[in-house]
Amino acid sequence: MGLGFVALFGVWLLYNLFDNPTDFFNIFLIGLTQGSVYALVPLGYTLVYGILQLINFAHGDVFALTGLFASTLITSVFKLDETSAALTIVGGLLATFLIAMVFGALVNATIELVAYRRLRSAPRLAVLITAVGMSFIVQNISLAIFGVNFRSVPSLVSDGNVFSIGGVHYNWQSFFVILVTFPVLVLLTWLVKSTRQGKAMRATSQDPEASAMMGINVNRTISFTFLLAGALAGVGAVLFLVEFNIRYDTGFELGLIAFTAAVLGGIGNLSGAVLGSIIIGMIQAFNEGPFLWAPGSDWTRSIVFGILIAILVFRPEGLLGERTPEGG
Amino acid sequence: MPRRRDQARASARGYRETAVRRSGLGAAGEQWSGLPRPVRAFSPALLLLLIAATYPYYVASLPSGNVPLIYSFPSVRSAVTILVFTTMAVGLNVVVGYCGLLDLGYVAFYAIGAYTAGWLASGQFQQVKFHFGSVGISHDARGIHISIWLVLVLAALLTALGGIAIGLPTLRLRGDYLAIVTLGFGEIIPQFVRNADSLHGFDLTHGTFGISPIDSPGFGSSLNSAVGLPVAYSQEFTADRLFFWTALAILIITIVCCIRLRDSRLGRAWIAIREDETAAGAMGIPLMRTKTWAYAIGAFFGGCAGAFIASFNAGAFPSQFNFNISVFLLCMVILGGMGSIWGVVIAGAILSWLNVEGLANIGTWLNNNIFPASHQIEVAKYQFGIYGIIIVLMMMFRPVGLIPERRRKREIEEGGHGTLDDGIYEMRTANEPGAGERGAGGPGPRG
Repeated sequence: MGLGFVALFGVWLLYNLFDNPTDFFNIFLIGLTQGSVYALVPLGYTLVYGILQLINFAHGDVFALTGLFASTLITSVFKLDETSAALTIVGGLLATFLIAMVFGALVNATIELVAYRRLRSAPRLAVLITAVGMSFIVQNISLAIFGVNFRSVPSLVSDGNVFSIGGVHYNWQSFFVILVTFPVLVLLTWLVKSTRQGKAMRATSQDPEASAMMGINVNRTISFTFLLAGALAGVGAVLFLVEFNIRYDTGFELGLIAFTAAVLGGIGNLSGAVLGSIIIGMIQAFNEGPFLWAPGSDWTRSIVFGILIAILVFRPEGLLGERTPEGG
Repeated sequence: MPRRRDQARASARGYRETAVRRSGLGAAGEQWSGLPRPVRAFSPALLLLLIAATYPYYVASLPSGNVPLIYSFPSVRSAVTILVFTTMAVGLNVVVGYCGLLDLGYVAFYAIGAYTAGWLASGQFQQVKFHFGSVGISHDARGIHISIWLVLVLAALLTALGGIAIGLPTLRLRGDYLAIVTLGFGEIIPQFVRNADSLHGFDLTHGTFGISPIDSPGFGSSLNSAVGLPVAYSQEFTADRLFFWTALAILIITIVCCIRLRDSRLGRAWIAIREDETAAGAMGIPLMRTKTWAYAIGAFFGGCAGAFIASFNAGAFPSQFNFNISVFLLCMVILGGMGSIWGVVIAGAILSWLNVEGLANIGTWLNNNIFPASHQIEVAKYQFGIYGIIIVLMMMFRPVGLIPERRRKREIEEGGHGTLDDGIYEMRTANEPGAGERGAGGPGPRG
């Protein structure tokens, strides 16, 4: 049944490819960009889920808080706008990225320290409910500090085209996202696969008790995971800010989309999270594109959640993941 | 054997007498303990009921404006909303508290109930004209107009069906996966009602404008002339009072049903599943069927309450239904104590009062009396942050809730059941991944 849906979707895509190739490729690139913007957020969910089996609901709100913080940095501290010199923009953005990473990491690790650590031995649902509560708290902190209005930054990256073939355009602003996302992903893979701390993380997620016996400081490893997830959310937030607007409650919806992406790829699986977000970005773009029978942006949320439910029901382990007992 | 039982009874009586004497209640206490057990068991509830039922009569004489902290007592109109949300919390308690299924999308049931009332008792479908026991509207009015009393039942049944439809594919998931799926449904259904104003040109929900007006309950003119019952609530001068008593009646029916259900075979099966799903399954409890029943019954009360509040507000609007409501209801269940009906009722009443007008009133009082004019605060703006803090603090310091369920409290007191956390929800068993986490993070404060 699940396969049937996928096949139907494939036929629909093929039809659109032949019907209007220009639009198809344009939308494809939009989807790729959107997916890359999302890609760093699901990684935070996946990292934390991998180690604590906890859906960190507050992650999306940490993302929003960091994004709002970064918007203040760009507009008020560094005072960047379209007219600034190229070198100033590059330096300012780099500094913003770094500060946002540190900020996001600290906020995320603080949440773990304050709320989740005390519940290490509590039942999982107690921690999950706490995470929902933390999400509301962080969201209200954003509301208290930054108010209800959308924040945006001036378009710092040129929207000139990188290439233009036929009617297909690809601009620098989109390319910028990929330019940032991929090095970060490579760095993350290296960190998790090759460093001592990454090894400790993987060991802890496999068996915390045994790794504690092997002399791994489990609490420190978990804190490190939260720091890492927060830093990724920080980068993602700045990227999101460059592309879209951000508000105190942006994090909630984006968090759900990101979580869907993480589940789609197979939760706990790093490359799965990236694959999942690219697919979700594509689905969003194609759904809102000018195609035959595309339901339109009113239905995007329903479609994303529909996918989430379908995956959890038909293939709870996700595209690349392994089967877990929760999947029944 | 009989003699020993007599002895036990005598010693129990002796103990009670000493307790009465020690408490200094004297003759009154003696009389009180002499009353039959059902009377003693029910009189606190009856007293509470009496205080609640007569509220519209004495609310006007209560002081209003600048009452310390709470500023003023809730109006009868607010009290209706408080009662309805409490009813929903009691319904959610069946799913979360009894059966241990975390439901983050209860708002979906509220929405289904409210929109069913909108479809069956308003002029939404102008294409048809169908009247059945409708009161207070013209006989020529187009649309479907069914008596609200019937609509309440129909909405509840339809919502229960919706609960089954959501439950059947998803209930084999456990724990956090189930929470996420319910959250997904809680987001999809409100978006559906918001967008379903032209499904192939057919206006099902009237989009963002919502369905309005929805008929009000009433007893019709024949009952009015026979026993003096109101024709239609909306035409009465004391409409708020009538809605208040009806809401109270719905809440009481819900509470009684939930108490009876808890003690039934089904209720004990729910609790067994909550304590340990694997063991319950091994003991022969049909897991899927039992859990689906929990969903259906939780949805039933949610739908009934939703339909009633739609009739009370005379409309169903998509902006009423968002994730915050689900969390708000969950917060009531957690604060009261998962599974404890009286706890949930009290926590539900307090929190929905805070939501309806309490926070705003407290803010006003604080601004008038504590904070200087230069540092005024907006408490109501941060209501969900406050609920978040309540949730986190409760989970950290008192996970059993304000008034814990008696069964759970006994388990904790007897201490034969491991630590406080064991078995509240699914226990991690050795063959589950992540099983070793218990205690792996060093001795936690409660580990």
